[in-house]
Amino acid sequence: MTQAIRTSTVEPLPLPEGVEGIVSDWSSDQRAFKNVPWGKAMMWIFLLSDTFIFSSFLISYMTVRMSTTEPWPNPSEVFALTLFGHKIPLILIAIMTFVLISSSGTMAMAVKFGYEKNKKMTFILLLITAALGATFVGMQAFEWTKLILEEGVRPWGNPMGAAQFGSVFFMITGFHGTHVSIGVIFLIIVAIKVLRGDLDNERPGFMTGRKGKYEIVEIMGLYWHFVDLVWVFIFAVFYLW
Amino acid sequence: MEHAERQQHGAAGQQHAHVEGQQHPIGIYLKIWALLFVLSAASYLVDYFHFQGYLRWFLIIVFMLLKAGLIVAVFMHMMWERLALLYAILVPTLLLMVLLGIGALEADYTFFSRGVFFVKGLL
Repeated sequence: MTQAIRTSTVEPLPLPEGVEGIVSDWSSDQRAFKNVPWGKAMMWIFLLSDTFIFSSFLISYMTVRMSTTEPWPNPSEVFALTLFGHKIPLILIAIMTFVLISSSGTMAMAVKFGYEKNKKMTFILLLITAALGATFVGMQAFEWTKLILEEGVRPWGNPMGAAQFGSVFFMITGFHGTHVSIGVIFLIIVAIKVLRGDLDNERPGFMTGRKGKYEIVEIMGLYWHFVDLVWVFIFAVFYLW
Repeated sequence: MEHAERQQHGAAGQQHAHVEGQQHPIGIYLKIWALLFVLSAASYLVDYFHFQGYLRWFLIIVFMLLKAGLIVAVFMHMMWERLALLYAILVPTLLLMVLLGIGALEADYTFFSRGVFFVKGLL
């Protein structure tokens, strides 16, 4: 890595805070997002665009649900499971929520250990995160199977009420599940990079040729937390409404 | 050459290299994790105990926003970022409230029209 040589012993001027800081950051004729690696700023901007995608889905879901004159199937009953002889409402969804939140917790700790250059802990925590993510996708596959085969829900209709239920459900949870699956794949890739020492040795990436740095663990973490964040909204407005 | 390099990387990059990357004690992540568990359990219990009406809506939305806020602020480190990044992400997101409002108005209108023209005895 080419280290720029600090020829001056004078400390850099502190960046202004507050509104003044926003104005000076944006008008500095340099990069606007200071103190963050550009990859992280770009991940944030990607996540902003993804926010708009999921918001469009959830708002259109609200629109079709409010405007339908057919009764909406009760999610509390549709997603109930019979466990040990008791019918428990929404239990599978609750477990999925806890699994995903736990994966967010392990991811946050992986980022922390990554910046400490603790290879072993970072690798283990990334693998646990990936395993929890894969568990989530597995449970979602179970949920879809049950809904399609047992409840007879289709994107164009279902026996319980408004046809829009199926189309909205499969589109929103399908998109979210795809995000989780892609996240699991990238978590495994990042975990391998950590274990192999790519981030310590600054080994160039396979596709981008960028030097390996521990900031990629945090950037991966941003994506993963976002997936959890989207689930928070889906859980609240789709399953609890 | 060296001067130019310093201009390019020195001014914006290396100067802040020691502050790039977020390092926080592990305790805060564990606390937020526990808090997210409690909030998720609470929102599940809203359904379990069959709260209805405005109380249900109020609780669901409060728990949802608290969870979202905690994830973005702590897990995604937004509370430690500079305001330039925070506002660049948060302001466009809040503008989605306009779309939400338009969607709700349109849905009301569609529901009303369907009631008038297609459903006998709804209105």
